[in-house]
Amino acid sequence: MLSRTADHLYWMARYTERAENLARMLDVNCRMTLLRQEEDVTRKRWASTLATVGQIDAYLAARDTITQDAAIDWIAFETTNPGSIEHCLDRARENAHAVRGTLTSETWETLNATWLELKRYKRVAARRQSTGDFFEWVKFRSHLARGVIQGTMLHDEALEFTLLGTYLERADNTARILDARFELLMPDAAAPDAAVDYYEWSALLRSVSAFEVYRKVYRDLITPRRVAELLIFHEAMPRSLRHCTNRVHQTLVRVANARSGETTRRSGEIQAALQYGRIDEVLQLGVREYLASFLSRTSDLGARIAHDFLVSEATV
Amino acid sequence: MVKEAIFDEMHTASGAVRPHYQPYAEWLAETPADSIVEKRNEADTLFRRAGITFAVYGDETGTERLIPFDIVPRIIPALEWDQLQQGLRQRVTALNAFLHDVYHDQEILRAGRIPAEQVLCNVQYRPEMQGIDLPMDVYAHIAGIDLVRAGQGEYYVLEDNLRVPSGVSYMLEDRKAMMRLFPELFARYSVSPVEHYPDLLLETLRSVAPAGVRDPVVVLLTPGAHNSAYFEHAFLAQQMGIELVEGQDLFVDDEIVYMRTTQGPRCVDVIYRRVDDDFLDPLAFRPDSMLGVPGLLTAYRAGRVVISNAIGTGIADDKSTYPYVPEMVRFYLGEEPILQNVPTWILRRDEDLAYVLANLSELVVKEVHGAGGYGMLIGPLATQAEIEAFRLRILADPARYIAQPTLSLSACPTFVEAGLAPRHVDLRPFVLSGRDVTMVPGGLTRVALREGSLVVNSSQGGGTKDTWVLERTAC
Repeated sequence: MLSRTADHLYWMARYTERAENLARMLDVNCRMTLLRQEEDVTRKRWASTLATVGQIDAYLAARDTITQDAAIDWIAFETTNPGSIEHCLDRARENAHAVRGTLTSETWETLNATWLELKRYKRVAARRQSTGDFFEWVKFRSHLARGVIQGTMLHDEALEFTLLGTYLERADNTARILDARFELLMPDAAAPDAAVDYYEWSALLRSVSAFEVYRKVYRDLITPRRVAELLIFHEAMPRSLRHCTNRVHQTLVRVANARSGETTRRSGEIQAALQYGRIDEVLQLGVREYLASFLSRTSDLGARIAHDFLVSEATV
Repeated sequence: MVKEAIFDEMHTASGAVRPHYQPYAEWLAETPADSIVEKRNEADTLFRRAGITFAVYGDETGTERLIPFDIVPRIIPALEWDQLQQGLRQRVTALNAFLHDVYHDQEILRAGRIPAEQVLCNVQYRPEMQGIDLPMDVYAHIAGIDLVRAGQGEYYVLEDNLRVPSGVSYMLEDRKAMMRLFPELFARYSVSPVEHYPDLLLETLRSVAPAGVRDPVVVLLTPGAHNSAYFEHAFLAQQMGIELVEGQDLFVDDEIVYMRTTQGPRCVDVIYRRVDDDFLDPLAFRPDSMLGVPGLLTAYRAGRVVISNAIGTGIADDKSTYPYVPEMVRFYLGEEPILQNVPTWILRRDEDLAYVLANLSELVVKEVHGAGGYGMLIGPLATQAEIEAFRLRILADPARYIAQPTLSLSACPTFVEAGLAPRHVDLRPFVLSGRDVTMVPGGLTRVALREGSLVVNSSQGGGTKDTWVLERTAC
């Protein structure tokens, strides 16, 4: 298939997934603010969120103070912010439009409808009380897009590159969400088994749809160690780093071409480290250090995928 | 000037229904009016849902518009089509022979049948093409020949489109819509099928691949999603099962054209391009073009890739070349032209110029490089002020213009707000030239929806109709 076509499909999926994870993060923050409304806690929380999505500098360059409303506005709708939810959904639709002929009409219509409704939502959500609905809606549209892609598209290379985009983006996003929590709640990382703020950690679990999963897997108190273990190492947890990198690696094996050998090797290395790694080693190293190294390796993988499959080296 | 009666496709001058429209007239009489209105709305929905649209240049909102589709078919009897088909085959064969000659020995110029300066000083003449041999000696693989009927119903060629003729997707979609909306009509008529056009096109493109290539890779090169005809590009690529590529998807290495795929570079043998000559190769033509492929011309000149239509076909369909096409038929084929040209005054000739300037209010004057119905004067419909303004433009550079009598184009019944009314139509058959010269019966009928309008271009309020060529057995 044309590299440009694969590129559009890959980014269509990445942007859709990114929009969903941004909505998840915002949703959790809003819920937590309802529990603890001290101004400095709220400010710290939103500063951390902006940092997680890599937008704190851009935000502070454009705004004087960090408030919840302004931060939500910035991450959800700010037009000058290339990382906003709105921008992600715009780009997802734009990429889909460019390869309309490759998508099933249901897939195209789903992404197009999301984009059309977004414009309507933007006006409604400005009335604050419905922001929760908006985050739910973004998640729902992402579920719908994934479902229609898996349910209607031919399971060929086009689907492979779509999945590659989805799982690579999700691995990155889960790592960032986890990192932000450890920064905010465990500054010294000294006592990973201590009883901690139940609501904060359960909120983190909820933000990645892992609260019920945690209960089912551990049937015990929520501790940072187990939360990290679940989100990093649990194979069957669909948003865990291990699950995502498994999927990325399997896909890269299937689409391998003459020059992607090194990329497959590196994805295999990441995957093996997660398959055979243990949470104790992570805690010894420090969760944040471990995640930083993981993020840099997935970002390297992204660059290598672009190079091997999506844009040719002959590109001027 | 005596106002000529308009030839009506469905009725004779005395008002009787012509034999080939008889079954349609009967069906119309039996069908309740509101059911027809319903079908018209249904047609609209069909086209909108499928996204059969075109973008309008200069429209700030960038919205896509539907081309109006009219549900009354334009019907052509079998014998009439036979005659047209022979004429089209003859004309396109001569045009391709002319292109080959102009870019090789130029015998027709040396024989004095066409003035040499008319060809060699024309901006449409591409010196880069001189001496290049093309497979089968074919230049215009896809030709859209615009036909009109006037007077007593005789056909004339209005213009030849040999660069990137478009509209064939509407021909196919119109048929699909008609069969879906009016299956009962197809039971009353034996209509020749057109649905195999994409197969014929692919076969034609494969037949002109570079020599020695056994299983040629064909791609369709589009300027991209913002082009007015993008729907057609995506449609044809999908129907033929070939890749729809943009300039950035292709690159040239050592005179070979490749497309970038997820499995690495893949060699390309035939490019069905829907990009104008000027934008094809920034190294050879417009350096600012983002739509083309650097080095494409070098690969083309080396015979490693076939571009369809060839570069430089504009010299044969230029309006200033048009008057000489009948002469080409005689010169290359030794035959009398079957299809007639519209009588044309060439304003670079002094005597023609004098006549035209004295009769502007009765003539149609066209800019030789104009397209899409822009840059023309329709004398009988123009105000005195418009005529005088145009006179000044002609005097400034007479060689840029040709003139023709105002033809009263034939009309076909069409559904308009007020009901059924005659509207002017033309016909664009698509002639394919590769190993053989082939075409599907009929073509695209365009209709001027505004009352009295003679301009059928989609950019100026034209619509389309399904075109039915009847099977011989039916008559």
